[in-house]
Amino acid sequence: METVTAFFVPVIIGGILLFGAVRGVNVFDEFIAGAKEGLSSAVKILPALVGLMTAVGMFKASGALDVLTHALSPLSNTLGVPGELMPLALLRPISGSGALVIFENLLTAYGPDSAIGRIAGVMQGSTETTFYAVAVYYGSVNIKRTRYTIFCALIADLVGIFMSSLTVRLLF
Amino acid sequence: MKWIFCGMVVLSVLFGALNGRMPQVSNAAISSCAGAVELVLSLTGAMCLWSGVMNVADKAGITRGLAKLFSPVLRVLFKGLPKDAPALKAISMNITANLLGLGNAATPLGIRAMQQLSKENGGSDTASRHMITFVVLNTASLQLIPTTIATLRLKHGSAAPLDILPAILITSAVSLCCGLLAVKICERLFPGDGTRPDKGGRLWKR
Repeated sequence: METVTAFFVPVIIGGILLFGAVRGVNVFDEFIAGAKEGLSSAVKILPALVGLMTAVGMFKASGALDVLTHALSPLSNTLGVPGELMPLALLRPISGSGALVIFENLLTAYGPDSAIGRIAGVMQGSTETTFYAVAVYYGSVNIKRTRYTIFCALIADLVGIFMSSLTVRLLF
Repeated sequence: MKWIFCGMVVLSVLFGALNGRMPQVSNAAISSCAGAVELVLSLTGAMCLWSGVMNVADKAGITRGLAKLFSPVLRVLFKGLPKDAPALKAISMNITANLLGLGNAATPLGIRAMQQLSKENGGSDTASRHMITFVVLNTASLQLIPTTIATLRLKHGSAAPLDILPAILITSAVSLCCGLLAVKICERLFPGDGTRPDKGGRLWKR
């Protein structure tokens, strides 16, 4: 498995650049143009991250996070998800930057190769900022009645939370 | 979001006072902002690299090719839309951009798709079933290479940062299928919303 995933990134980068060059794309210029966009989105998330990092940091230091985790333990037990991951699961559909901050905190606390670190990674990678997508897309065409959208999107998120711990348990 | 943000800070102050952990809370308040800068710095390189590479992929026509590959699947999901509807093209471009992790490109394409779907729906302020399917598709994570996650895992000393990729792909696929299944079931259960009939996304004449 490890050797397969080790091939993955280099082959993709090399393959795309080669394919682009063969198709007559000005590979380096287009790379720079794209990278510039990456830089501006990195800068764009910084203010939100400063605010949320401070809020999460204070929340954790005050002991409130432990209380929240404990309060949610019945729910996490039903889903078969370690309780430490519930704050991430709760924040993920609401705020992408907030989830990123909690994810980073979990990696610091438990390490990326622990069960909790792995489940956090899968959870982070397999779910999206549901409410943001709903707000942006419906907002863009003035939809006021979203009918069963939120219900279905949250079902997908719930399944994602449940499956992330299941797949890590089965595959590792 | 503003309530979560305020709530977290206010609760921290309360809990800190009650638990006698005010010094720690104070330290966290002072030092956390530097952590945010550090987090962004550690991600900036990866974000630039992958945006750059994926921009080359886009310009080389990979996006268009993938979009063509999906159109049969999309035609089933968005049954009732004409075969060459501009909405279908925008939807498939949005999905490929998401797959490649081109977040900056995916959102405008998605908005264009929504505008086309809204036209099909007669500009109503009630979501049509096609819009719902599309938004649920976009609330699931479709990204093929989780670059941010891999970068952060590597930074924290993971031996093989991408070893969770199969788990991510399986989880995403199952969660997406469940979401779409829920949409299909709801479509059957609530064909209209009571006041305005849903004519399968086609123009509804008042």
